[in-house]
Amino acid sequence: MKVGKEVLELSDVTVRFAGDSGDGMQLTGTQFTNTTALVGNDLSTLPDYPAEIRAPVGTTYGVSGFQLHFSSSDIQTPGDSPDILVAMNPAALKVNVKDLKHNAAIIININSFDARNLKLAGYDTNPLEDGSLEGYNVVQVPLSQQTSKALEDSGLSAKEISRCKNFFALGMMYWLYSRPIEPTLKWIKDKFKDTPLLAAANEKALLAGYYFGENTELFTTRYQVEPAKLPKGIYRNISGNEALAIGFVTASVKSGLPLFLGSYPITPASDILHELSKHKNFGVRTFQAEDEIAAITSAIGAAFSGALAITTTSGPGVALKTEAIGLAVMTELPLIIIDVQRGGPSTGLPTKTEQSDLQQAINGRNGEAPVVVIAACTPADCFNMALEAARLATKYMVPVLYLSDGYIANGSEPWKIPEPDSIPGIEVKFRTEKEGFAPYMRDENLARPWAIPGTAGLEHRIGGLEKSNVSGNVSYDPENHEFMVRLRAQKVKNIENDIPELEVTGDIDADVLVIGWGGTYGSITEAVSRARRNGGRVAQAHFKYLNPFPKNTGEVLNKYKHIICAELNMGQLAKFLKSEYLVDIDSFTKIQGLPFKSSEIEKKIETVIGGYSK
Amino acid sequence: MIDNQPKENSQEKIKYTAKDFTSSQDVRWCPGCGDYSILAQVQRTSPDLGFKKENVVWVSGIGCSSRFPYYMDTYGIHGIHGRAPAIATGVKVNNPNLDVWVATGDGDLLSIGGNHFIHACRRNVDIKILLFNNKIYGLTKGQYSPTSEKGKKTKSTPFGSVDFPFNPLSLALGAEATFVARSLDRDPKHLQAIIKRASEHAGTAFIEIYQNCNIFNDGAFELYTEKDTKPDNVVFLEHGKPMIFGKNQDKGIKLEGLNPKVVDLANGEASVNDLWIHDEFDESPARAFILAQFTENENMPLPVGVFRQIKRSTYDKDFHEQIERIKKVKGEGDLKKLLFAGNMWTVN
Ligand code: SF4
Repeated sequence: MKVGKEVLELSDVTVRFAGDSGDGMQLTGTQFTNTTALVGNDLSTLPDYPAEIRAPVGTTYGVSGFQLHFSSSDIQTPGDSPDILVAMNPAALKVNVKDLKHNAAIIININSFDARNLKLAGYDTNPLEDGSLEGYNVVQVPLSQQTSKALEDSGLSAKEISRCKNFFALGMMYWLYSRPIEPTLKWIKDKFKDTPLLAAANEKALLAGYYFGENTELFTTRYQVEPAKLPKGIYRNISGNEALAIGFVTASVKSGLPLFLGSYPITPASDILHELSKHKNFGVRTFQAEDEIAAITSAIGAAFSGALAITTTSGPGVALKTEAIGLAVMTELPLIIIDVQRGGPSTGLPTKTEQSDLQQAINGRNGEAPVVVIAACTPADCFNMALEAARLATKYMVPVLYLSDGYIANGSEPWKIPEPDSIPGIEVKFRTEKEGFAPYMRDENLARPWAIPGTAGLEHRIGGLEKSNVSGNVSYDPENHEFMVRLRAQKVKNIENDIPELEVTGDIDADVLVIGWGGTYGSITEAVSRARRNGGRVAQAHFKYLNPFPKNTGEVLNKYKHIICAELNMGQLAKFLKSEYLVDIDSFTKIQGLPFKSSEIEKKIETVIGGYSK
Repeated sequence: MIDNQPKENSQEKIKYTAKDFTSSQDVRWCPGCGDYSILAQVQRTSPDLGFKKENVVWVSGIGCSSRFPYYMDTYGIHGIHGRAPAIATGVKVNNPNLDVWVATGDGDLLSIGGNHFIHACRRNVDIKILLFNNKIYGLTKGQYSPTSEKGKKTKSTPFGSVDFPFNPLSLALGAEATFVARSLDRDPKHLQAIIKRASEHAGTAFIEIYQNCNIFNDGAFELYTEKDTKPDNVVFLEHGKPMIFGKNQDKGIKLEGLNPKVVDLANGEASVNDLWIHDEFDESPARAFILAQFTENENMPLPVGVFRQIKRSTYDKDFHEQIERIKKVKGEGDLKKLLFAGNMWTVN
């Protein structure tokens, strides 16, 4: 064993694993993430996978990546540019090299850099020889060969052995970043308990990678990142989709309502269906419907009969559900529609993120059909907003459209787990009293009573035709229609009194305010704090309530001379704010299916301020 | 926990009358419309179905027939076009104690809602679907429907339609429906009996009801409903009985291989012993399918009655049994265990 390799202390690192979609990069990244979480670093992840399940091996469009940013202090994003890339083949190098920091390290599986793979990746010349990687610290590791050597007695076929090379890479990275291998060893034991040969092989590959790091001359330095000083508590690493799913299970328990999910599989929302399907012991009712429309209309039926009813989808699915959302508006039922946004229009970029459904969420229905629109801003926040969606929907008998996006849905971060008792209850009362009942009578919130089938004496009919207020009878009366349209709008508008005000952070008296909504929170926050560290005076406000807007929105916007609104669309929030509050907004947008890099927003801030005055 | 499942109470069964199922809404179908009879038969039958009124939910889509829930003094949802089976599935799956019925039309169920219909059938959700088949679009004022015969001249097909129609019963059978029947708006007694049979069936029960739209497709079913033509053109299916029809009960149906044939019982061509004995409970859908195809053969009479009824576990029951089973295995959901899970670490 070589001794005396230098250990270098780092405050934060961004790593990216990249390889063929069959190389197990998501698994490798997830394992590295879980171990890093256990070490106590703050972290943020960004999986990036192709739309094709198994694109042709070796091609650039089959490249799957997983990025992880971990740190000894509080961080907000998965990192703009990786410090280190693990590239399993030429295609992975080609796709990812442009994102790297200038002096980044690139660990390459040299065994895959043959003429065939170079050609498949579209390289005319070998980048390892043509000087195009100058400036990078390229480490050529015989990854496939080493894995084969380690597993020659494993009893596995060559193909099976080749599949283990990601564990070799993982072991090597564990060594390089001083991570313990035990959690993954334990995981392997568990995961492959029915296939002992594979368990042994993966374990061996992991250890081989680790020892390779220790013994090879290729690495002279190993790195260490101290645990972050996060607030006291018990943590777990959680993705947005997972947080959203268990958020709704929690809402079900807290409200006493059975949770009903009507859903049709769609990227990137399907993981919510998968997660909720695991929790049937909470009485969760997951219904995989025949299509998006059946998914939402079954949920409407369930809401009518007394469930906490939700439907999960992405943009194209929301388009299909549009008419049914209108029915929920008209029938004034509590229904939650979850849109995990992806690149559009049409099928668009199924596996990539975007924020381009805001207009659809707020206005995308026939007629005047207001719904509450809220958005989660980080993976862990998806939990909180699930509770909030359930609270608002049931309290006001109104559909709530809950916006998430591919970035926070698949990304993950440490989540300080709340004590169940500290989570406020959601009070729901079904109407049971016969005396004085009318289906469209109103309480102080303009909500109509929730009288569910099975309750004697409260038999009533609801539907998509315009209803007379109070009696709920079908009505074509002109005055009644106008009254009801305004009433439904007012009911939603009144919710501004029941949601938090828009909070301004940073330099409250700054000249420039940076705003955004939903999943861009991390990037904007990091950009603002960097700009401030560099001497810029900048304020930040982030929207989680999009309809209605927080009550003080106008007041906040009018305070600042210059407002930058950063969005992953063509400026949809900016448009709404401009027309609503008649303020000038500098719309800063990106529509590439990718999240903002903090540096992009920081640069924008810098341009507006005109350089920093330190 | 708020318990939202209605409990069977041990009190004596309440005696209802048809009036208890009649809402205060004015019925707004065209005078003479076949829908009136269907509504009347449902209201007349409802007291005998053994339901508690508060457990009954009527769901509909869009179309003339879909106004139905408004006229029933039960719970009801007048939904959106084509989606009634999906809404009904949500109601029933969320609370299997409810008695869920769908009122729908040929456009609603077979055109825009075709997908939900076949999936409700294959799942065998315990809902009852009454298809008011008038072979025309009524509410949108007279376009041809997916059950209109080929060549039909309507507002949207002034030169005759060129598309082939659906056979609703074949479709239901093909979609694995466990109860398939046909009745007529103009035969109240028969319709009542079939409604009762459907209500007793555990699973998706599908009834095609020929319904006259006297405004846009008047007389479409005259042959089967008028006194003088009905006997020679309609065969009433009865389980375990030979298929006999005709004014003088002098015609029978014989099955030669896969081919049905009308035979004369009076002239000695065949005897009752040669006839096809109807078996509602036949496990194979093949014979029911042959029966359903009678309408495509001008020599055959129109079968009405129960074509097929088989036992299969229902979706809603299996759905909840699975939940209960998992609760037993994993234990009732515990929030603390749900939240404090996965790889955890403590920050001090
Ligand atoms: S249009 Fe036809 S189906 Fe509709 S109510 Fe009138 S008669 Fe009945």
